Amino acid sequence: MNKTGLIISREYLTRVRKKSFIIITILGPLLFAAFLILPTWIAQMEDQSITRIAVVETSAYGDPLPDSLQFFRGVIPDRENLKFDYLTSMGLEEMLKTYEATDYDGILYLPQSLISAGNRTVVEFYYRKLPSVSVESYISGSLENYLFNNKLVVQNVPASLIQSLETNVSLNRINWENWPEMVEDATDLKRGLGFVVGLLIYFFIFFFGAQIMRGVLEEKTSRIVEVIVSSVTPFQLMLGKIIGIGLTGLTQFLVWLILTFGITAVAQQFIMPNPADVTTEQIAPTSIMEDNALQQVPEHPGISNNSASGMMSGIFRQLGQINIAYVIIAFVFYFLGGYLLYGSLFAAIGAASDNDTDTQQFMLPITIPLILGMFVMINASMNPSSQLAIIFSMIPFTSPIVMMARIPFDIPFIEVLVSAVILILTFMGTTWMAGKIYRTGILMYGKKVTYGELWKWIRYKA
Amino acid sequence: MYLFSARDIVKRFSNHLALDKVTVNVPEGSVYGLLGPNGAGKTTLLRIINMITAPDTGSLYYSGRPLRQADIVEIGYLPEERGLYKKMKVGEQALYLAQLKGMSKSDAMKRLKYWFEKFEIQAWWDKKVEELSKGMQQKVQFVTTIIHNPRLLIFDEPFSGFDPINTRLLKKEILELRKNGATIIFSTHDMGSVEELCDYITLIDRSKTILEGDIHEIRHSYKSNIYELGFNTDPLGVINKQNGNFEIVERHTAGTTQYVKIRVKAGFTGNDLLKKIVPEIEITSFNEVIPRMNEIFIKVVEAQNKK
Repeated sequence: MNKTGLIISREYLTRVRKKSFIIITILGPLLFAAFLILPTWIAQMEDQSITRIAVVETSAYGDPLPDSLQFFRGVIPDRENLKFDYLTSMGLEEMLKTYEATDYDGILYLPQSLISAGNRTVVEFYYRKLPSVSVESYISGSLENYLFNNKLVVQNVPASLIQSLETNVSLNRINWENWPEMVEDATDLKRGLGFVVGLLIYFFIFFFGAQIMRGVLEEKTSRIVEVIVSSVTPFQLMLGKIIGIGLTGLTQFLVWLILTFGITAVAQQFIMPNPADVTTEQIAPTSIMEDNALQQVPEHPGISNNSASGMMSGIFRQLGQINIAYVIIAFVFYFLGGYLLYGSLFAAIGAASDNDTDTQQFMLPITIPLILGMFVMINASMNPSSQLAIIFSMIPFTSPIVMMARIPFDIPFIEVLVSAVILILTFMGTTWMAGKIYRTGILMYGKKVTYGELWKWIRYKA
Repeated sequence: MYLFSARDIVKRFSNHLALDKVTVNVPEGSVYGLLGPNGAGKTTLLRIINMITAPDTGSLYYSGRPLRQADIVEIGYLPEERGLYKKMKVGEQALYLAQLKGMSKSDAMKRLKYWFEKFEIQAWWDKKVEELSKGMQQKVQFVTTIIHNPRLLIFDEPFSGFDPINTRLLKKEILELRKNGATIIFSTHDMGSVEELCDYITLIDRSKTILEGDIHEIRHSYKSNIYELGFNTDPLGVINKQNGNFEIVERHTAGTTQYVKIRVKAGFTGNDLLKKIVPEIEITSFNEVIPRMNEIFIKVVEAQNKK
């Protein structure tokens, strides 16, 4: 085995054998799934306890009103964890005095003058327990809805007309290119996929780049580096380390990919509706549409929001429209390209520093383009053909992240090619430059290095 | 025949000249000492010999032809600042370093087994380096330096940080390696070990060579006609009678014996001194004083500093 190969295999094996690596590699997809599911789960957990709210409705003189005279009785329907009591015998003042005696979580005060309020008004809510954002918007939304309808009723608009007044419009995206064939639109899925892989590249570069830096620093502080460079050239050592750690990252990605496909396949077995379900599902929405006179858009199979299984089957169907192999190849390329580009810079930082704190002064110029890349990536996943997205998917310091958000969409191949060539040329340049800094830096101790000094090191002759 | 030569080596760092036309010729099979005060440029020279850094100008020869990158497998280097991967196991690490020097895995395994047994450190094979004491790590480092049977061995301050037992072991091994045909270059401050081990030396001060050659020739050339004599009785009266041709430079007493260092004036020899004294008083010992490397070192460096 040649010497660079030896270094690569040491770097690779010592990392792959670590317990932390094995745990993260196996649990990664599960953690990732948890990361996606947890926020929804937590949001659902929020209102486990029942919130009880007393509604006090008063006349223009501030007196309590019996059921029959109340405007707002039942206007805000109860929900599972949210109950409303419409009081009939107490005014606001009296009710407020019962703080100790009752256990209402809040008092909603609705004077009857509210019914004729203008465009903007304020309703008092006295709370014992701060209402959550969702409770607040539920109450105000219900009131708005009621007041809106009431105003129409006052103007003698028939109730049947009011119901048909509101129309929700969402766009049905149909790819013109495929016309007249109707292909189910998968834009949301593409956005999601682009976002996830872009994010993955961002994390991989940071995570494994930092490992390179720490590895170089470890060799420097343990002073083994001088022994090693008496057997191999510093450039071989640096390259071996970068490649070895990169292979670690690829291994992790590969295992994740296999596990994800495995989990998905299993999930598909359980969640994918059986043929009978599919037919009823496809028939049901169509029949509703036919009844609806306003429906003009041609029907096509779409994501059914009715059930989780319907959504999952929609996702699986749409996945067929994305060239998964192309996405994976692009991911591996942009991961490697971005990793090599930043990895060599991380190695140079490690070599120029004596300890972790020293590295921070050089981290900023690396962190800024990476974070910028991530922000542009979010934008690019929303609008993959924007000027901004195109420019930043060409700049090699951001292209690995930004281009990944664009890849699931059918962007011109020439753009991918140009961006790839620029990336390759740039990482060759940065590796060469980093090699020069590395060579001098690894044998330099106890000296706070400045940018000026780094520049000098780059210009030293071999 | 020189195994290694460095000719007119110049190395400049951004703000100072580390080596100024330094030439070193290392005969095959010798132990070569590189001496000099701190910061003289010794480590830089050793790194250049190892091809870790390149000289600005000057040339390097190995075995009579220009030094090549491939020659690195015939060189073993123990740097002054030495370390090991802390989290790696001892055996695995030794194997790795041996393979980096171009050994095959099976050869490396065989030789490591031999050396681990010789140093009685087999039990550490599966231990992590961080579990070892400093002295233990030094043994491992030494083994990894010589494991590939290098023709040229380079030790930078090999005895610094070694306890007396390991120092003795190291000295013994250095001489043994030379006996088996290796050539050794080492840098040190320890003049005692220089006299003990070195055949040739180069003294570098402020980037320049100020003294070089065969260590015995150097020591003899710094002789100043001084002899040390031992007496059982007070010799002062006898010596002072000699018309000032023999001058006492130092005297001390050990038990009942008095030792006196006497400088013999130019034109006289040790024999002349003996002829004068033997008839008068009993002499228990007589020998010529050859200057210690320590004295020569201080003398030469201080003289250089005055310039």
